[in-house]
This record gives sequence, C-alpha cells and structure tokens, in this order.
Amino acid sequence: MLTLTMSRALNEGLRCALRDDPRVLVMGEDVGALGGVFRVTDGLLSEFGPQRVIDTPLGESGIIGTAVGLAMRGYRPVCEIQFDGFVFPAFDQIVSQVAKLRARTEGRQPMPIVVRIPAGGGIGAVEHHSESPEAYFAHTPGLRVVYPSSPSDAFRMIRQSIALDDPVIFLEPKRCYWHKGEVEPEAELADMPPLLAAQTVRLSPQRGVADGPPRYSVSIVCYGPTVEWAMRAAEAATQQGVTVEVVDLRALSPLDLGSVEASVQRTHRLVVVHEAPGRVGLGAEIAAAVSERCFADLYAPVQRVVGLDIPYPPNRLEGAYLPTPERILDAVAMTLAAA
Amino acid sequence: MPPTWTGEPCDGASGPPIQVLDPSGQFTADPRFPVDLDDGDLLGLHRDMVLVRQLDTTATALQQQGELGLWASSRGQEAIGVGLAAAVAPSDMVFPSYREHALAWCRGVGISGILGLFRGITNGGWDPAAVGLAVPSIVIGAQVLHAVGYAMGQQLDGGGEATAVVFGDGASSQGDTLEAMVWAASFEAPVVLLCINNGWAISVPAARQSRIPLAQRARGFGFPGLRVDGNDVLAMYAVARAALDYARTGGPVLIEAVTYRMAAHTTADDDMRYRTRAEVDQWQERDPISRLTAHLVDCGLLDDGALAELQHESQRLAEAVRHEVRTMPMPDVRTLGRHAYASDTRASLVPAGVPVAPPAPAVDSAVRATALSAAHG
Repeated sequence: MLTLTMSRALNEGLRCALRDDPRVLVMGEDVGALGGVFRVTDGLLSEFGPQRVIDTPLGESGIIGTAVGLAMRGYRPVCEIQFDGFVFPAFDQIVSQVAKLRARTEGRQPMPIVVRIPAGGGIGAVEHHSESPEAYFAHTPGLRVVYPSSPSDAFRMIRQSIALDDPVIFLEPKRCYWHKGEVEPEAELADMPPLLAAQTVRLSPQRGVADGPPRYSVSIVCYGPTVEWAMRAAEAATQQGVTVEVVDLRALSPLDLGSVEASVQRTHRLVVVHEAPGRVGLGAEIAAAVSERCFADLYAPVQRVVGLDIPYPPNRLEGAYLPTPERILDAVAMTLAAA
Repeated sequence: MPPTWTGEPCDGASGPPIQVLDPSGQFTADPRFPVDLDDGDLLGLHRDMVLVRQLDTTATALQQQGELGLWASSRGQEAIGVGLAAAVAPSDMVFPSYREHALAWCRGVGISGILGLFRGITNGGWDPAAVGLAVPSIVIGAQVLHAVGYAMGQQLDGGGEATAVVFGDGASSQGDTLEAMVWAASFEAPVVLLCINNGWAISVPAARQSRIPLAQRARGFGFPGLRVDGNDVLAMYAVARAALDYARTGGPVLIEAVTYRMAAHTTADDDMRYRTRAEVDQWQERDPISRLTAHLVDCGLLDDGALAELQHESQRLAEAVRHEVRTMPMPDVRTLGRHAYASDTRASLVPAGVPVAPPAPAVDSAVRATALSAAHG
C-alpha cells in the first residue's frame, strides 16, 4: 500500500497499463517531455519511448480522430485532453465516431479508447479551464463516462477503463489532483470491484448505531470533485443528529441507479450534487429516475445542489457558483424541513 | 515496371491533370507514372467500371421506385475507385466517404453490403478488417483523421503497408481534413490522401472551397501533391500506385482527382437549381468508360462480341441488384441497441460473484421487452 496523490495514482495506473499491454498508447498535447500540465504522464516518455507516449500536434479533433484509426488497427489509445474546455473541438469525433463506430459496424469494430479530461473548477483558473462537460457525454449512447473522486479509485478506474473494450470518457477532478490517498499498486484487474458501480458510505450520528430513525436521514448523491464536499457536509449533518448516506456514483454512464434507489429506500430523502449547470444535467436525470423507481419512498422533494445556469464565472466569483459544503448542508436541511 | 516517380514536385500539382488516356481513348505514356498492367488487368478495369455504372443506374431506379430511401450516385466517377482499388495491395487499408461504390465493389463488398445502408437496414454494412475498407463516413472529413491514425498504426507495426483515404472537394475545407494533413506530415504516416474534386459540394462549386488547385495545398503541409485526370482510369491507377509506393516509406501524398459529379448530389437533390445542363453535357464527352472502351477497341482487346457479352453480364447484375434489394431481410427488432456497447451494463454494475439478474419480465410482448432491455444495455 502506497500513499499517493491522485495525479501520481493516475500516473501509476497508466504505467501499469503501458507495461502490461504493448498495444496501449498514451497520446495528447504535452504528455511527453513535460509529463502533462498536471504531471499525470510524468516519466512515461522516458520509460516507454516516443512510439508509446506520443506528443501530438495541437488539435483535439486530431487527437481523437487519429485514435479512432489506431483503435481500428488494434491499439488502445489513452488520449489526454488538456483541459475540460478544450474537448469541444473533438466533439464530433467523440459523439459521432468513437461512440457510434461499434454500432455502425454491427459490433465488429470495438473502440477501446480512453479520453482523459481534467475537469471541474475551484482552482482559480482562467476561462475554459473550469468546465464540467459530463452531461454531454453521458447523454451519448455508446460512451461510458466515469469520474473518480479519490486516488485509489483513480488508480483502479484508469486501469479498468483502459482494459474495457468500450470507449470511456474519464473525467479527472482537477482540484483533487494533489489530494492524497492509499493506493494498492499491485492490485490485479480481476480482483477489482466493478468499474461502473457506485459506492455508498453511511455516516451515522453515533458510532455503533446501525440505523438512525428515518425521520433524520438523507442520501447525498454526488461524484468526482463534489464527493469531498458532500462528505464534509455529511459530517457536519451528523453533528446535528442526522444519518447521511453519501453515494459516490463513480460512473455517470451507465448510472448505478440500483445503488441510488437502495439508499433512498433507506433514508427517504435525496440531495443530488454536481458542479455542472443544473439545467438538463445529471441531477435532473437522477431526480427523474428516483421518482420513477421509488417515488413512494420519498418523504421530501429531491433537492439539487448544482452549478448555476450561467457561463462559468471569472474565478473570483466561482465560490458563489460552486456547490459548496454550506449549500449542500442547506439542501439537507430543506429535505428534513419538508417532512 | 516499378513507378519511377519518387516524390519530387512535378507539374501535376499545378499544370493540367496527369493523363495517359485522352477523352478519345488515345494513349500517351507518362514515364513517371507507368501503367504496368497486362491485357487481363485492363479488361478487368473496364468490366468493373461498366458493372459499377450498372449498379449505380439500377440503384437510382430502385430509389425512384421507393425501394431505397436515398441513393448517392457515383456516375462519372467510376475510374477513381476502380483505379485506386487496382493500385492498393490487399493488405492495405482504405477509408471511403459515402459515394465510393466503385471502391466497395472492387474490394469485394457485395451488393447487399453496398446497398444495405441506403435500404435502411444497417448503418454500416461490412467488416472493415475483413474487407480492408472502412465503413462509409457520412460526416464530411471525419474519416481522413481515422485513416491517418490507421496509417500511424501501420507504421508502429513495422511499416510496409499503406492506407488510402477518399474525401471530396467539400471535405477539403473541413478542419478534420486539414488536421489530418498536419498529423500525416508530422508522423510521416504512410497514407495517400485522395481528394475527389467533382466540382460540386451539393450546390457549392469547388471554387468556393479553394483559390488554388487542391493538390497545391500539399506543399504547405510539406508533402507532395499530384493532380490527375479522375476520368482516366489508367492515369488514376498509375498515379495511385506510385503514390502508395512512395507513401510506404516516404510519408503522405495528396492526390487531387479531377472529375465531375454527373448526377445530382443524391436522389434528394435538384441540381438544376444551381448548375446548367450544358455544363453536365460537356463532361459527358469525357466519360471514363467510353474512353477506355475506345482504347481497348483500338488495341484489339475488345470487339463487338466481347462488348455484347459484357452487356449481358451487366443486365444480369441489374437483375441481381433488384432481387437482392427487394429481398433484403428486415433487421430483427431484437437486435436494437445490441451493438451499442461491448461490455454488459448489468454485469459491470454487480460485484463479481453475484449472479446477474435477468432483464425485467415481459409486460406487453416478449419482443418489446427484449428490445428495450437491449436498448438500455
């Protein structure tokens, strides 16, 4: 067991994948000598050489479009898009080509491509460096979308995503890159939990109390960079006698709605959290799915704590835009007040 | 005889298109681009062009009868696909646009493979790896990047193979096409970029896409460009062959094949809104099939008997096309969504060792339940 930052955990995951499968390639802008702007590919060029770790010309559509051809040739490209706001030049290649080629060829042509995208805000960045584009991709059949929240998940999920024959949009919470956590670098793929399953953590007001009274319980569904904030809000809520289940979705397509439903059936209240704008976002999808699957279990309307429906603001104002622990706690209180 | 062109600039990029067979069928050898074909090969090129023309004519009629939803005619452009297909090695890979029926025919895609997409029973039609031809790309220019990536893979695998990609004059304005040229140049990818300049991108003339002959753009990217008469199948073959051989070790080559789209863009288009009958008629005189016919008759390789036999074969193909289209099986609704993903969602959400639950029981009918569960992964 090693204690690693998320950036380093991803680096180790990529190293394992490059070492284990000669068809794995890492490609993108500045992934070679620089090691990526977040150092996720640090050292890979010197270890695996320029044929495996490819500094590309500057063009996102070019990166993804050539990855399609390499995948057709039998390679497994892992593409880095430098920042969330720069993925849109590659939008056609991702949603019309990568996502659909398997269906277009009636299953004959797999597309084992991973598109890594540092995403989300809260780091005081300039425009186009704080976007949350997950809903565009979760809306597109043919893609898998995952968003780890911890170093251990990041290490495990990057390895599993590369091994998957489906294309994966792999979002990385950039403000968590330097968070530390325990990683098991010797873990075998076969021993890992399913890539697309959520994780539910239950926080009770008192240790040893198995189930708090339903009157004071709530589920917080979140993913990626908001998991940390949801946990902080949950810990504060437990100080007030509330039982909180934090459901870290980890995968956004497909959604592990079974885990969400099971949690809501235990807590009867739901708060959904994400940084992306709320309108037509993942929170709307989850609220709709919960109303379809377990409406009668709800004691209160579902609350969404999400980004505002505006272009991402200048960074001095991003604190007012982001779903902070305070806003999550307010939403928890709203669900309890409604009952 | 091996091609003697070794990538040096030649008048092909700016002067008149390279031609060895003039519109009257008169043969003039170009020493840089030898036509190393025997009599059987020449007759084969002729036969393929005649049959693809027949397939195209029949498909157009079938669309008008409501048997096909749409048809994109390749009439007048047969020499390009047939010439390129003769030049690529079996192990080479080819990426088409959506009008490359000649290429598909010559690569061995059958009638139902070519017409299934237009019949609406598939979005693809064949196995790219088995045929050596990617499925049609309808988003303009997207396939040029795929081809360059594939060529990069051929290079990583040790070289020797090459990739060819076909796109149109309209696609030459797409960012993906231009990015593909940057990538091809940077990685010296073994790729031949074949731009079919047929004069029109639906209603927009090629002059709106480029101020200069498209082949000249290659120079700006740092690789050779060649301009060839796309209605001359022998020049098409010879130039494609030389370009492929160059590309295997020398990197990308751009070929601009100058031709004309004799039919409307598709059967849904009305070309008389934007061009004149006189312009179309003028190109009729440069027809790729009649000029090769004239040449082969002159050489004594074709006589009236052989032409009559070819006519019969062509009619048999038309009958086969009509029959195959009308009897194509309707796709099974239970396959709906089956190929969206390789991995099984239910399995991937459940921890290892826990049995995967079967899909929800049928509510209305078994067929609908199966289709819906497939669509939801």
